[in-house]
Amino acid sequence: MEHSSNSYYVPDQSHWPIVGSIAMILLLGGTGLTLNDIQASGEVAQMSKYITYTGAGILIFMLFGWFGTVISESRSGKYSPQVDTSFRFGMSWFIFSEVMFFFAFFGVLYYTRSFSVPWLGGLGDKGLSHMLWPDFQAAWPLLTPPDASLFTPIKEVIDPWHLPLINTILLVTSSFTLTFAHHALIEGDRSKVKIWLGTTLLFGIAFLILQGYEYVEAYQHLDLTLNSGIYGATFFILTGFHGLHVTIGSIILLVMLIRVFKGHFTADNHFAFEAGAWYWHFVDVVWLLLFMVVYVF
Amino acid sequence: MSELTMTTDHHDHGPAKGIGRWLFTTNHKDIGTMYLVFSLIMFLIGGLFAFVIRAELFQPGMQLVDPNFFNQMTTMHGLVMVFGAVMPGFVGLANWQIPLMIGAPDMALPRMNNWSFWILPFAFSMLIATFFMDGGAPAFGWTFYAPLSTTYAPPSVTFFIFAVHMMGISSIMGAMNIIVTIFNMRAPGMSLMQMPMFVWTWLITAFLLVAVMPVLAAVVTMMLMDIHFATSFFNAAGGGDPVLFQHVFWFFGHPEVYIMILPAFGVVSEIIPTFARKKLFGYHSMVYATVSIAVLSLVVWAHHMFTVGMPIAGQLFFMFATMLIAVPTGVKVFNWIATMFKGSMTFETPMLFAIGFVVLFTIGGFSGVMLAIAPIDFQYQDTYFVVAHFHYVLVPGAVFGIMAGVYYWLPKWVGRMYDEGLGKMHFWLSFIGLNITFFPMHFVGLAGMPRRIPDYALQFADFNMMASAGAFIFGTSQLIFVYLIIKAARSGETADQVPWESAEGLEWTLPTPLPYHTFTTPPVIEK
Repeated sequence: MEHSSNSYYVPDQSHWPIVGSIAMILLLGGTGLTLNDIQASGEVAQMSKYITYTGAGILIFMLFGWFGTVISESRSGKYSPQVDTSFRFGMSWFIFSEVMFFFAFFGVLYYTRSFSVPWLGGLGDKGLSHMLWPDFQAAWPLLTPPDASLFTPIKEVIDPWHLPLINTILLVTSSFTLTFAHHALIEGDRSKVKIWLGTTLLFGIAFLILQGYEYVEAYQHLDLTLNSGIYGATFFILTGFHGLHVTIGSIILLVMLIRVFKGHFTADNHFAFEAGAWYWHFVDVVWLLLFMVVYVF
Repeated sequence: MSELTMTTDHHDHGPAKGIGRWLFTTNHKDIGTMYLVFSLIMFLIGGLFAFVIRAELFQPGMQLVDPNFFNQMTTMHGLVMVFGAVMPGFVGLANWQIPLMIGAPDMALPRMNNWSFWILPFAFSMLIATFFMDGGAPAFGWTFYAPLSTTYAPPSVTFFIFAVHMMGISSIMGAMNIIVTIFNMRAPGMSLMQMPMFVWTWLITAFLLVAVMPVLAAVVTMMLMDIHFATSFFNAAGGGDPVLFQHVFWFFGHPEVYIMILPAFGVVSEIIPTFARKKLFGYHSMVYATVSIAVLSLVVWAHHMFTVGMPIAGQLFFMFATMLIAVPTGVKVFNWIATMFKGSMTFETPMLFAIGFVVLFTIGGFSGVMLAIAPIDFQYQDTYFVVAHFHYVLVPGAVFGIMAGVYYWLPKWVGRMYDEGLGKMHFWLSFIGLNITFFPMHFVGLAGMPRRIPDYALQFADFNMMASAGAFIFGTSQLIFVYLIIKAARSGETADQVPWESAEGLEWTLPTPLPYHTFTTPPVIEK
């Protein structure tokens, strides 16, 4: 089957999507069973975990297979510039959907800080809800939740000028080093690409290690947990999903690094690398916003 | 052009054989068909739930089901209809029509297109499976307000959450694909302002989907955290706020209602010009109106929550912003009527559904303006008036839109005509049935009958009996639709290349029956 270079490449049948769907239902169904069993303290929780692991395994298999197919199609020259544009638009809109996902959590933080916590403390027209917990003092960071018998008070919040500051420096620097790698790729200096991309990856991993350390610190010494009321909830949902995205971004960069070592990419054909870079910069920007509104202010 | 398409098609092998064709396909036509069939099945399942609801409400008192099961029915009816019937129905139309209407060989990302569809059967299996779990299916209403859906939810809520995650992933991928297809795959020479209205409305819809489905994912994720990981997003005892749930939910939920209606606007904007034998009146204003509706839909969400006790400034803002939407919507209704004005009209089934749409959707729009007025909404909140309102925009709105599109394009899809007599019968029975069902709901709602209850006061008995009778007419008459489609696909008369006298658009330049792959060489667009 030949494709002239100016016709749009429409792939033949593919089994990867249905494999992905099976992976998804096993992963989520297994997780659901596990969560519910833990709550009901059932014995099948162990079994359910294996369903989850099977789903995760199939998902990884699917990602390798699907992306592998795309990579080999790309390298065999099946993609016209128009296909390349589709990938670029697709990635941009995917990042937009991620922006909206984070937007929701930032919105939650804004709403609780500006409205619902002050109202619970008796502010304004809606301050009537103060009568629920008359001793409650509105503050941010909210160390003592309204009902301290249900939600544990926090001793202290994370000092932004220690670990979070280091993490900020790490991520911002990594955005620069990634750009250096990109420029090196365009110039065709592959050993420089390896060095700068490797450096970026190390910064990412260092960020994750420090973030993990911060979580341990929060749980063990500061009593800042998921259970410590709305401050803990918003803190962990924002930093947690951000950390998850750094993890995904690091995996993407790792794959790119392996591909560079394998001799993939040319100066004018390396969209996978660029897409990974877009993603990484997006994660970086989210962190800057997060550093401001979660840690500093 | 048809010869050209056939001869230059180097990819012209037909579909694969057996089940593999459907499981592994990357063809937009196959995927469109699967979406539409799935949507129809979900429509019938959701209809079955409605049947139980209306049977219970046929008379006052408790007759058939216990209240908890009744609540499961209302919840699952809403979820299945919104996420299973209407949304996939429109995505099916988009899959079939957008590549044909813009002269593209397929969707931009065909494999992802397959995945968008094939997530849905799994997601809905998970959702329906909740019926067989301890504590039963979700019973907290399709809007799943916290704390009903967190503190007081049955254990199956965990699976509800994951099912919603899966539907969200499916919708986001489907919408991204549509946006990329429209931006990148138009035939050379087709500018944005030359696109058919259906393509325009889907472009805007897809933007809304990518913007708000992640917010839905966020809100169910926070529910999951509250239920299983001891957080307090929606629990005031920890400093959270149940009203916060409503804000985040409706930030998704209000654009969602436009997601369900904008493609229907597009469908009727294709059909009315064909059967009025005139160009669409005010194409540009239609485009701008669609864009305005979409933008406004992002900033009006709290009109669903006037009674939670918002600050007065918030109420005023959301009230006026909501009423502003009546302006672009009015522009659209005006344009459809102006298109028909002095046209040489004929009334084939697609046109009947389109006119039914314009008339009845407008009734739903008017009750929407009534509900938008905050002080009046205090009385209407949670009554059957609300039920009447949103069923008027969804049933003769969204559902009629999909059906009109199916009747209009079916001859092109299957290569055969449907039975016009059966089509008209389907329309009139649906039209009469739904009006008998939903119109009395305005009255019982204004008189104070609350929604989502299995029993009611005696003075509402007559109107409820009417509504139930209408619902049985409407529901049963949908079987005609199913029969008609099967009959058309199997043994209808062979359709002409252009089955409608003055239909315009690239899809009609293609031969009937359609080749498996079309527009592998893009058509030439004349200015």
